[in-house]
Amino acid sequence: MRVSRSPLLVDRLPVWRARLVLGILLACSLALLGRAFYLQGIKKDFLIGKGEARYERVIEMPATRGRILDRNGDVLAISTPVKSVWAIPEDAKLTPAQARQLATLIDIDTREVTRKLATERDFVYLKRQIAPDVATRIASLKLPGIHFQNEFRRYYPAGEVIAHMLGFTGAEDAGQEGIELALNGQLAGKSGSRRVIKDRRGQIVEDVESIRAPREGQDATLALDAKLQYLAYSQLKQAIADHKAKAGGIVVLDAKSGEVLALANLPTYNPNNRSKLSGAQLRNRAFTDTFEPGSTFKPFTVALALDKGHVRFDTSIQTAPGRLTIGSATISDAHPHGVLSVAQVIQKSSNIGTAKMALNMSYEDMWTLFDQLGFGQPLKLGFPGEAGGRLRPWKRWRPIEQATMSYGHGISVTLIQLARAYQVFARDGDLVPLSLARVDAPPAVGMRVFSAQTAREMRAMLEMAVQPGGTAPKAQVAGYRVAGKTGTANKLEGGAYANKYVASFVGFAPTSDPRLIVAVMIDEPSAGKYYGGEVAAPVFSSVMGSALRALGVPPDDTLKPLQMANVTPAKEEM
Amino acid sequence: MARLNLILLIAVLLSALAVVSSNHRARKLVTEFEREQERMRALEVEWGQLQLEQSTWAAHARVEQIARDKLGMRPPRANQIISIQP
Repeated sequence: MRVSRSPLLVDRLPVWRARLVLGILLACSLALLGRAFYLQGIKKDFLIGKGEARYERVIEMPATRGRILDRNGDVLAISTPVKSVWAIPEDAKLTPAQARQLATLIDIDTREVTRKLATERDFVYLKRQIAPDVATRIASLKLPGIHFQNEFRRYYPAGEVIAHMLGFTGAEDAGQEGIELALNGQLAGKSGSRRVIKDRRGQIVEDVESIRAPREGQDATLALDAKLQYLAYSQLKQAIADHKAKAGGIVVLDAKSGEVLALANLPTYNPNNRSKLSGAQLRNRAFTDTFEPGSTFKPFTVALALDKGHVRFDTSIQTAPGRLTIGSATISDAHPHGVLSVAQVIQKSSNIGTAKMALNMSYEDMWTLFDQLGFGQPLKLGFPGEAGGRLRPWKRWRPIEQATMSYGHGISVTLIQLARAYQVFARDGDLVPLSLARVDAPPAVGMRVFSAQTAREMRAMLEMAVQPGGTAPKAQVAGYRVAGKTGTANKLEGGAYANKYVASFVGFAPTSDPRLIVAVMIDEPSAGKYYGGEVAAPVFSSVMGSALRALGVPPDDTLKPLQMANVTPAKEEM
Repeated sequence: MARLNLILLIAVLLSALAVVSSNHRARKLVTEFEREQERMRALEVEWGQLQLEQSTWAAHARVEQIARDKLGMRPPRANQIISIQP
């Protein structure tokens, strides 16, 4: 076929048509070039970013919560990683067999699993905090819609023994009670994140940048001594069982440094398993519960009288006939005594003798003393719910109140306040602040309350109280000279004194150079005995004896067998 | 002139290859570093668990029970203690 013969091609085409086509082609290629230049040159950064986003990952860098250690470095609380199982109910279409398998592995009821997966929500926790190896086994089942989340779980190896002191953390790893709350800022870590490039095998090949550096939680070293804590706890527990008491508390302080060496309360709980907790178990009684201290308060009044020069240790005071009427009220002694010296007032624990000394003093002086000793205000150690106790302003006191307050009624204190106030006798008349954390350089001198002379005289009187003829011979410790004071207070119920008691004992040893202060409080002993000297003093004795030996404090008394008449053999057991 | 250009071309090529290989080596090192860090974390976790285990075994309540029941130990009586002066 010959195309040129076609009649259509006989005419020459106009030149403009060829130019037009050429022009269009040129314009198209210019547009392409322009676009290429725009993408490569001007919009470059944006596109590079987009590209990197395909292989860049932001990864979490978890931070561990700090450990809690005792003064010797024993671990009291530690976090270890665990996994939590969660599900997207819409994606988790499990066969009954799969659901059963999952339920067995996470140790909950199969029906519970199906119920949780049937909800309308987008996210549901199936089980929190399971061991990592269980999580691996669940992951190997390759169930749809089931996911894991890394978390930390806090363990307390000592369990119930140190429960109140340490407190615990919530599921989000934040402190909720005790030290965990008080020192949360130090203990808590802060997780960080960073941007990395991963290759196709999921390995990190390049560290691009750190977005937020993680901050690991700091360890906290407490003043607490785990060994002393165990001694204190087990002795208190034994005493509470023996005397069928409702509750109790014990505090052991270092008299030199103000460190809290042990602190136990009963009833207690196991911080590792808090599923069935009652309010009574949670109460950190030594800090939050106030009680009328009773006779353990007398030494403060007597020391003030000595310090002000109103009396000498051998001044005679008439306490017969064992009753004293002030205004319309009458106070009395449990056992009537005759003429007592000031030292004997402490030894025999005479209410009348103490009240007579108090009535010669001004309200303001007594109030100032109690205030200086730290009563009426919380210690502010950072514990939740620390109580301050009741100390009414002196301007509103009445004579009867002054008299009862002198022997510890009409005023309320916490056990830790009471133990701390006894520093003025155990030290040479001064007070140092308490510390929950270990103190490496103890303060040499604290706030002076009494003269050193007064403190020495009081130590001698308090030593008489634990000797034969005193109220608490059962507080004696073989090999060491001890000093202390009993307290037996009627409990107030609805404004009236009920037939329930709080037995207490506060003391220190060795008297020649006091090292430890131990305060014991037993609430509502109901097995017959209720005097502080019968109920609380034996606990003091066994804890003090074991603690002094454990700390290697040299004995300051000749080791003679104690008078067995006064001492039950059980005392020499741990 | 042509010779100089050829030498420069070869130098550029070599340098480009060197960049590629050093980049590759850097990535390998990063991977290795990450692996070691992962191992460090795992060891830290294990250490924590061992500390936990140690303090569980060494719990005072358990030690006391074993000393009393299994070993028949008891605290010395007052007259059995002899104090020696250093």
